[in-house]
Amino acid sequence: MADTRQTAKEIHERFSEHGDVDLEDIESRLENLVDEYKVPIDEARRSVENQLSDEVGVERGGGGGGGGSDYGDIAELDAPDEWTNLRVKVVELWDSDSDAVAQSGLIGDESGRIKFTSWAKSNLPLLEEGKSYELENVVTDEFQERIGVNLNSSTEITEIDEEVEVGSGDIEVSGAFVDVQSGSGLIKRCPKEDCTRVLQNGRCSEHGEVEGEFDLRVKGVIDDGEKVYDVLLDRERTEEITGITMEEAKQQSMDALDTSVVTDEIEEHLIGRYYRVKGPRIGRYLLVDEMEDASEPEFDLDDLLMEARSA
Amino acid sequence: MSVGMREVAHRVFAGEFRDASHQFKESDDERAPSYVLLPTGEKANRVFVVGTLTEKDDIGEDGEYWRARVVDPTGTFLVYAGQYQPEATDVIREVEPPEYVAVVGKPDTYEPDDGDVITSIRPESVNVVDADTRDTWIQETAERTVDRIEAGPLKDDAVERYDRDPGEYRDVVVEALKSLEE
Repeated sequence: MADTRQTAKEIHERFSEHGDVDLEDIESRLENLVDEYKVPIDEARRSVENQLSDEVGVERGGGGGGGGSDYGDIAELDAPDEWTNLRVKVVELWDSDSDAVAQSGLIGDESGRIKFTSWAKSNLPLLEEGKSYELENVVTDEFQERIGVNLNSSTEITEIDEEVEVGSGDIEVSGAFVDVQSGSGLIKRCPKEDCTRVLQNGRCSEHGEVEGEFDLRVKGVIDDGEKVYDVLLDRERTEEITGITMEEAKQQSMDALDTSVVTDEIEEHLIGRYYRVKGPRIGRYLLVDEMEDASEPEFDLDDLLMEARSA
Repeated sequence: MSVGMREVAHRVFAGEFRDASHQFKESDDERAPSYVLLPTGEKANRVFVVGTLTEKDDIGEDGEYWRARVVDPTGTFLVYAGQYQPEATDVIREVEPPEYVAVVGKPDTYEPDDGDVITSIRPESVNVVDADTRDTWIQETAERTVDRIEAGPLKDDAVERYDRDPGEYRDVVVEALKSLEE
């Protein structure tokens, strides 16, 4: 049955990073429950997941165990395929032109905001804008380098009376700019409405060959010696901090017949210098709203000397 | 979770880095990251240093291979860059010493036939910076080094390996800070 195959794959994906689990084994356990014992597929999934949880020693998702669910922070979600429970408010709902999507939009908690998608095939109750919910068993997903959460057929949705506070999710970081990553500089985006995907060799992964629209950005890394942060500078920030305007970037690229001259110049401006940046964290990226020089030539030397000497 | 996570760039003075002669991996996997053990008790797979590039030599026989000396108030970092570090090589080739540079790179060790282990840096990037950045780095590196002296996570390993009290590196920190007094 196609249904057990798909469910088996989802379960396998969830557990494979935690231990040695076999897709065939999962599928045969599911088939046994569904075909032999006539257990509904969602119940069968719960049962197999709980068995596997015990076997590989993973925390159970909120689904079957009942009670004692922990809720994660949205800001902590930084990798795809993580299962979690969230307590959120629906910040806004978006129109979707895809039949596969029942609903999508933005949910938030105190730590930040994240995109959610509820797939039509999961047949879940719809969320209402402005209301707060407990969402158990949601899974993270990565799309265009941003982390979102998917509601799926095992997700339990409970509306709650208490209103969840939604934080801006802004974080402030100060450190050295240690890397400018590929995909930085002058890029072209798909011009189709709501697409904006970055083109690879003039092609959009969704719309094929298109006449791209220029944009300028930096994907970089700020490192404070204890932690690293992936940061994203949009066109405005990039122009402001590097002094290179998009028009200049286009001209330079045309003269050199190569956009890497722009990336080289961006690196020359940023790498090895200290910056303080502030902005919301969306998925793994800190989207920089504010950025300033953080080199501090004036500091209390006596204080530091005292600290260094005190054994 | 640690899969694919980028390693932090540790701040370390040349006076400590030159003593970090022990290089190791945490697993037998060929692709496992390699670390040097800092004498203040931290493992470093990446470092960030700022200093004055005072000398550079192309010591390559077949192709370009640069050795640059990057000096901080406590000693000298040796930076080696060749065809596999194209971006750093481009910068080193163009730089006219003396010049302040920031270097992000991987620590590396080698043992010459006739002497002590030499610890060097294989740069991922080299960039010309200003004196403010250099001063900020000294201040930051002083703080980070004192933090490690007080609570380096691999302090016991370091003491055993190097037979030296991490507290001795307070002198290195003081030396670095005093250079800013003028």
